Amino acid sequence: MSDVIVAGWGRTNPARSSLYECANQQSVELVISDVGERGALARGLGRSYGDAAQVSGGKLVGLTGRIISLDPTSGVVIVDAGVSIDELLRYIVPKGWFVPVTPGTRYVTIGGAIAADIHGKNHHRDGSIGAWIESLNLITAVDGFVTVSPASDPQLFWATIGGMGLTGVIMSARIKLIPIDTPLMEVTTQRHNNIDDLMEAMVSKDSDHRYSVAWVDTTVSGSRLGRGVVTWGDHASSERIRVGRGRRVRKYKASQRFSVPEFIGSRRTIRRWNAVAFSEFWFRSAPHSRADELQSIPKFFHPLDAVGNWNRLYGRRGFVQYQFVVPDDRPDVVVTALRCVARERPADFLNVLKRFGDAGDGMLSFPMRGWTLTMDLPVTDGLGQLIHHLDELVMEAGGRIYLAKDGCSSPQVVSAGYPRLNEWRSVRSRVDPDGIFQSDLSRRLEL
Amino acid sequence: MKTSTGEFQTIVLFGGLSEIGLAILDRCVTPATTTVVLACRNVDAGADVATALHNSKNCDVQVVYWDASHLKDHDRWVAQFMTDHGDIDLAVMAAGVLGDQDQCDADPNAVADVLLSNSAGPSVMLSAVAQQMRVQAHGRIVVLSSVAAIRMRAANATYGASKAGLDAFAQGLQERLHASGVELVIVRPGFVRGRMTQGLPPAPFSTTPEHVADAVWRSLQAAPAVVWVPGILRWVFAVLRILPSPIWRRVVK
Ligand SMILES: Cc1cc2nc3c(=O)[nH]c(=O)nc-3n(C[C@H](O)[C@H](O)[C@H](O)COP(=O)(O)OP(=O)(O)OC[C@H]3O[C@@H](n4cnc5c(N)ncnc54)[C@H](O)[C@@H]3O)c2cc1C
Repeated sequence: MSDVIVAGWGRTNPARSSLYECANQQSVELVISDVGERGALARGLGRSYGDAAQVSGGKLVGLTGRIISLDPTSGVVIVDAGVSIDELLRYIVPKGWFVPVTPGTRYVTIGGAIAADIHGKNHHRDGSIGAWIESLNLITAVDGFVTVSPASDPQLFWATIGGMGLTGVIMSARIKLIPIDTPLMEVTTQRHNNIDDLMEAMVSKDSDHRYSVAWVDTTVSGSRLGRGVVTWGDHASSERIRVGRGRRVRKYKASQRFSVPEFIGSRRTIRRWNAVAFSEFWFRSAPHSRADELQSIPKFFHPLDAVGNWNRLYGRRGFVQYQFVVPDDRPDVVVTALRCVARERPADFLNVLKRFGDAGDGMLSFPMRGWTLTMDLPVTDGLGQLIHHLDELVMEAGGRIYLAKDGCSSPQVVSAGYPRLNEWRSVRSRVDPDGIFQSDLSRRLEL
Repeated sequence: MKTSTGEFQTIVLFGGLSEIGLAILDRCVTPATTTVVLACRNVDAGADVATALHNSKNCDVQVVYWDASHLKDHDRWVAQFMTDHGDIDLAVMAAGVLGDQDQCDADPNAVADVLLSNSAGPSVMLSAVAQQMRVQAHGRIVVLSSVAAIRMRAANATYGASKAGLDAFAQGLQERLHASGVELVIVRPGFVRGRMTQGLPPAPFSTTPEHVADAVWRSLQAAPAVVWVPGILRWVFAVLRILPSPIWRRVVK
C-alpha cells in the first residue's frame, strides 16, 4: 500500500488516496473486504481525463496482469484487466490480430477500456468495445468473484460495460479480436475548407471505410469555421502492399520518441499563438485529397503516443477534454459549439469530429448514433462558463457527455443524457448496496 | 467535489451574514454549485439572504444555526453537515465582530466576546472542518484574517489580538494540512469599506468586499498560502511590522 496523489490525464483535480497493487483475486478481495466510508475503486493507467479514476480519501486498486491465452483460430484472447492495449498489440499484431476497438492512445488498460466502453475510429462500423467482450471476470461487493456474460447476467454485464468501475473490479476478459493481413493502414485524406463540407464528406464516405475521423480547426471562424482534415483508413491487405511502392517494413514497432519532463508542467506551454500556428500548419500541410497512403498502426491510431506526458504542456491548471455526442439530426449543435469555442479563443488545437454508429447495450455507454466532437481546452478563468453553456446545448439537443472525459459536468446534464441511469442504479444497488465502489466522478455526478 | 474548471459543488460560509463572506459567495457560487450553507447565529436574517442568493444563483441555499462561541458544538455541527450534504468542498470562515475597544477596556466580558467570536470559535470550527476534510482528502478552506493581525494598534487592540490568534492558528493548520490534499488560504485584507467599518475613517490602501472576493477566487485557482488585499499591503506591512513603536504609533494615529 502506498499513499498517492493521483489525477486524471487532464491533471485538473489531484486527489489523495491509498493505492493497493494487486496481482490476484485474493489481494483484491482483501482490499475491498475492509473499505471505510470513502470507498474503493479500480484504477488503470489514468488515461481518463477528469475524476473518473480517483476516489479521494478511499482505496485505489491497481492491477498487474498478463495475457492468458490467444486462440489462433477464433481470435479470442483471454487477458487480465491490468494489461494495456500497448502490451496486447505487441503480442497479437505479429500473429495477425488486432484489437476490435482502440482509443487514440494505446496506454489504456483492458479494465479501463471496458469500464468506459471505449469507442474508436471504427465505431460507425464495429461499435464500441462492449460488443466484442464475450465474458468478464468481475469482483463485486456482494457476490465476490463472478463470471458474467451477456447471456448469464445481462443486467450486470451491461451495467459493467461503461459502468466506470462502479459495479466492481474487472479482473479479466474474453475479447474477440479482428484478423489483419498486415500491420499497415491504407489511408485516404481530404481537407475541407469549412464544417459543412467536412461533415458532408463524412456522411457520404464513412461507409466505404472501416475507420474514419476528422480533425477540426477551432482557431478560425466565419466562412472558414470548422475547416478540417478527414482521414479514412482500412487495414491494408498483403496484396496491396506487394503492388505498392517498394517493400514496407512489415514489423509492428511502437515507440515513444520523447517525454515531456516534469518541470515543464508548472507553466502552460500551449498558448493561443502556438495553438493558432499549429492549426494553420496542420491544415496547410494536409493534402487536399490523397488516397492509398500506407501508414503504420502507431501513426494512424496513436500519433500522440510518440510524445510521453504531453499533458504537461497544459501547465499546472491542466485542461479539460470536452467530448459530447448529439443525435444524427442535430449537426447544428456541432456547428454552434464550434462557433462558441471559436469565439472564446482558447488555446485549443486538438479537436476531433466523428460520426458514431448505433449505440451498444451498455447502460451508461457513451456512444449513440450521431456526431461526437472532442476538444482539448486549457483551464482558464472563463472555461467553466463556456462548458456550462456547451452542456446546455448538448442537453437541449438530447445528447450526452462522455464520463471518461468529464470532470466538470452536473448531475442534471448526466441524468438527462443517460436515460438508462436508473436502470443502472438498480443493478448497482443489487451488487453493491453499501456503495463500496465510489469515485470522485460518482460523487460529483451523484451516480 | 471541486470540478476540473475549479468550481465548487458544496460551499459553506461561516458567518453567513458577513458582507465579505457574501461577496465571496457571489464570486464562488457558479452553475456547478449544488448546495450553499450559510452558518450564522441570526437565522431569520439568514433566511432573507438565502432567498436572495437562491434567486440570483439558482442553487440550493440553506441556513443553519451556528454560534461561534458555542465551542463544544462545532464538532457535532460538522458531523450533522456531513450527514445532510456530504463532502464540504469549500469552507469560508468569515465569522467575526469588530468590537468596541473602549467597551473592551471597561468590561472584560466584552473582550471575551470578541475573542470567542473572532478567535476561539473560528479556530475550533476550522479544526473540525479540517479534520473532516482530511478524511475526505480534498477540500479548500478560506480564512478571513486581517492586516490588524500583523501589528497591534491602540484603536482596535482586542480585535487585532483576536485576529492575530486566528491568523496564527490558521498558519499552524496550514502546516498540519500540508500534503493532505486539503488546502487552506489565509486572506489578509486591509481596511474594507463596508457595513462593518461604516463611520470609521478609511485607512490608506483600503479595499472593498468585491476586491477581496476576486482575490479569494484567484487564490482558489492558484493555491498560495497567504493573500493580501490589495496585494501591495504585503510589502507595506513588511515595513510596518518592524517599525520602532514610537514611529508606528504616529503612523497609525
Ligand atoms: C490521448 C487519449 C486519447 C483517447 N482516445 C479515446 C478514444 O478515441 N475513445 C475512447 O473511448 N476513449 C479515449 N480516451 C479515453 C480512454 O480510453 C479511457 O478513459 C479509458 O478508460 C482509459 O483507460 P485507463 O486504463 O487509463 O483507465 P483509468 O483512466 O485508470 O480508469 C478509467 C475508468 O475505468 C475504471 N477501471 C479501470 N480499470 C478497471 C478495472 N480493472 N475494473 C473496473 N473498472 C476499472 C476506473 O475506475 C475508471 O472509472 C483517450 C484518452 C487519451 C489520454
